[in-house]
Amino acid sequence: MQRRAITAAQAANFIPDGASVLFGGFMAVGTPERIIDALVARGARGLTIIGNDTARPGVGVGKLIDAGCVAKAIVSHIGTNPVTQRKMLAGELAVDLVPQGTLAERIRAGGAGLGGVLTPTGLGTVVQEGKRVIEVNGRSFLLEEPITADVAIIHAHEADYNGNLTYRLTAMNFNPVIALAARCVIAEPNEIVPVGVIPPDHVRTPGILVDHLVERPR
Amino acid sequence: MDPKEIIARRVAQELRDRTLVNLGIGLPTLVARHVPAWLNVAFQSENGIIGFGAPPPDGMEDPNLTDAGGGFISALPGAVSFDSAFSFMLIRGGHLDMTVLGGLQVDGRGRLANWMVPGKLVPGMGGAMDLVVGARRVVVAMQHVARGESKIVPELTLPPTSARPVTLVVTDLAVLEPTPDGLVLRECAPGVTVAEVCAATAATLILPAAIPEMSFGA
Repeated sequence: MQRRAITAAQAANFIPDGASVLFGGFMAVGTPERIIDALVARGARGLTIIGNDTARPGVGVGKLIDAGCVAKAIVSHIGTNPVTQRKMLAGELAVDLVPQGTLAERIRAGGAGLGGVLTPTGLGTVVQEGKRVIEVNGRSFLLEEPITADVAIIHAHEADYNGNLTYRLTAMNFNPVIALAARCVIAEPNEIVPVGVIPPDHVRTPGILVDHLVERPR
Repeated sequence: MDPKEIIARRVAQELRDRTLVNLGIGLPTLVARHVPAWLNVAFQSENGIIGFGAPPPDGMEDPNLTDAGGGFISALPGAVSFDSAFSFMLIRGGHLDMTVLGGLQVDGRGRLANWMVPGKLVPGMGGAMDLVVGARRVVVAMQHVARGESKIVPELTLPPTSARPVTLVVTDLAVLEPTPDGLVLRECAPGVTVAEVCAATAATLILPAAIPEMSFGA
């Protein structure tokens, strides 16, 4: 199962225009910046990006927003990115706002083969519009549908050449959950170590889920 | 005392020993400065950590260790990190003792609006909807009046964050407790009269026989 690492530019070529892309990162912490840079360099267009937030201009997926690569963003927060807000109000960018915990669970459901999740979050708010309310044991829940995507782009701390991944502190965030929810999973680690170096208990994402590894920074 | 200082110090009185607490971005983060040394409170940051501490000294920041606003933090001995799905299992699953959130409006029924102003400001809900639904106690920390308008209103004119009423509202003028009968005025800030609080409040307040001055503990 060992595989050679690819360049960030090669990784970007696995992400066609119009693709849906799950991304790791919270305010760009834990976002694979080199894959993002390669997407901008290639002039990607029409992407649907799915993750926590659109960071800030010039950082993380904020760079994709700046460069006009994104047609739609499915995120929980855009308050720190005035470019996202401006493009949304100008009709150049579609934004679906999803409560953060609901977003994590919808992605988890997608990767776990579930038909959706039942959550109390969003009941009695605009989030409820158009959704089914289901009662279980006398309590009401919103039915939230699963999310999957064409590609997931992951930032990891360490990888081995089997694709096993570890994460660091708050750079973990959405990365482990998106690794199960896309047809093509590309990981960008800070380090790549020989197989056997990472103790099995430290692996958060098994390499069997990872299709491509991006080479370490030079 | 500065209005924000009043709010933060009063909210700190709500902290209980051996609890897990989530502080929202902005004003609520100031509460952490007023935790009594003897109180054992674990702070969660929704991006994936329990047990974070003050920002590290200049030059000692870790790019993988940040709070929900993207600011650098430190990890205290015994801190733990986790992914976003787990973070919201803690929040939604009833494992979080208290959350402190900022607010745009609270209404007579205790409902909170804090995530958008239609046509003007659309930051997104981030984790707020999950926090209001899931935390055992929800404390709103906000100024009583903004730009001459009371933020305590009879009915929300902004989109609600949740249908669930909050537990307590702490402002620079008063402490208000939502009850099934309406908002009860529990305390007035130092030097503020009941009449002044009522004049600054658009909603009707229930006035108990005794309304003590806000206390800040020892």
